[in-house]
Amino acid sequence: MYAQMVKSTGTGVKSLDEMEPEERAFQEKVDADIRIEARDWMPEGYRKTLIRQIGQHAHSEIVGQLPEGNWITRAPTLERKMILLAKVQDEAGHGLYLYSAAETLGVTRDEMTEMLLSGKMKYSSIFNYPTLTWADIGAVGWLVDGAAIMNQVPLQRTSYGPYSRAMIRICKEESFHQRQGYDIMMKMAKGSEAQKRMAQDALNRFWYPSLMMFGPSDANSVHSEQSMAWKIKINSNDELRRKFVDQTVPQAEYLGLTVPDDTLAWNEEKGGYDFAEPDWDEFFDVLKGAGPANHDRLEARKTAWDDGAWVRDGLTAHAEKKRTAKVAAE
Amino acid sequence: MSKEWPLYEIFIRGQHGLSHRHVGSLHAPDAETAIKNARDVYTRRNEGVSIWVVEAAAITATAPGDKGPIFEPSESKIYRHPTFYDIPDEIGHM
Ligand SMILES: [Fe+2]
Ligand SMILES: [Fe+2]
Repeated sequence: MYAQMVKSTGTGVKSLDEMEPEERAFQEKVDADIRIEARDWMPEGYRKTLIRQIGQHAHSEIVGQLPEGNWITRAPTLERKMILLAKVQDEAGHGLYLYSAAETLGVTRDEMTEMLLSGKMKYSSIFNYPTLTWADIGAVGWLVDGAAIMNQVPLQRTSYGPYSRAMIRICKEESFHQRQGYDIMMKMAKGSEAQKRMAQDALNRFWYPSLMMFGPSDANSVHSEQSMAWKIKINSNDELRRKFVDQTVPQAEYLGLTVPDDTLAWNEEKGGYDFAEPDWDEFFDVLKGAGPANHDRLEARKTAWDDGAWVRDGLTAHAEKKRTAKVAAE
Repeated sequence: MSKEWPLYEIFIRGQHGLSHRHVGSLHAPDAETAIKNARDVYTRRNEGVSIWVVEAAAITATAPGDKGPIFEPSESKIYRHPTFYDIPDEIGHM
C-alpha cells in the first residue's frame, strides 16, 4: 500500500445515533455508496485524514520514480529504455492526479511538497530500498506495482469522489507496469546462469519490503476502524497482504525462482499460503528515516525542488508580462 | 516560497463527434503551457483529438446546498418525457 500508516483523527467510530444531523447525513451517504464531493459537508477528521492519505500516496508516486529512473540510461536495449521511460512518466501522472485530488480538500500543491521535504509527510517505505541491478527493475514492476494494484483496485470505490476518480485513472495504467516488470523477470529467469542468479537476488531483496507495503499487521493497525467506516480504507492490511502472497507465489514458481521464506507452505484448510511476516522493526526504522536510501531520496527531491525554483519563477514572470502586454494592447 | 502556478481544469474530446469531457486538472504558468502539459499527462494513450483548458478560478458552480431548489422542480414534470403519453400500437413508431 502506498499509504501505510495514516493517522486517523477520528476519536473512535460513532454510531449514527451519536452524530449531529449533518454528520449523520454524511455517514448515511457514505453507507449508501454515494460519493462525497469537494464542496459537500464533511467531518474535519475525514478531510484531514484524506489529505494525509492522498498526500502520502501522491508523494509515493513521485519518489517512486527515483529507483526506476536510476536505470533509464542503463536499460539493456532501446526498447526496454522506452518502456521504462513510459512507465516512469506514468508515475509522474499518478502523482499529479493524486495531488489534484488532495488539493480539492483545501491544501495546496506547494504546501504538500514542502511537507514532504520537511519530513512532515511520508511516502511508502518501499522506495527507500535501492535498485542495484537491472533485475531489480523487473522485481519492482512485478512486486511493487503488483502490491500497489492490490491496494488501488478496491480504492476505486472509495467514498471521496475526486480520490475515487484518480484511482480509476491510475488503475487503467497500472497493469502495463506490472506486466512489463514480469516480462523482464521472465527474460532474466530463463536467461544465463548469471541472469537467473540476478533475478533470484532481486526477489530475495524485494520480497519482504513488498509485504511491508501493506502496512503493519491488523493487530497493530490502530487507525483502521474509522477509516473503514468512512470508506477511505476498504480492506484490512493483512487481508491484502494474504491476497498478494496467494497471487504472487505461483508467479514466482513459474519463473523457477524461490520465495525467500522457509515457512512458506500451502494451507489447504484456509485455501491460501502460510507465510512469514516481514521484520516489523526494520519497517518502523525505514519509516523513521533509517532505510538504506531515505537520505538519497529526500535529497534528490530537495535538489529538484530548489534547482527548479528559478524555472517556476521565470515562467510565472513571463506569463504575467504577457498578460500585462495583452491588457495594454486592448 | 515562490508564487504557486494557477490551477487549470482540463477537458478532452475523446473522439470526433463527442463533446469535451472533464478529465482532471493541473498547474501551469499560463494557458498555452497548460495545454502542452495536458497533452503529456492526459493523452499519452490516444485519449483525445482536442483539448480545452480553463483556469479553475474562472468556473462558477452551483452550491451543494442549492441542490434542492435548483434540481428538484424538474422531478415532478413527468409530462416532459415521451413515455408519459399513451399512443396506440396501430400508429406505429412515434
Ligand atoms: Fe503509480
Ligand atoms: Fe505503477
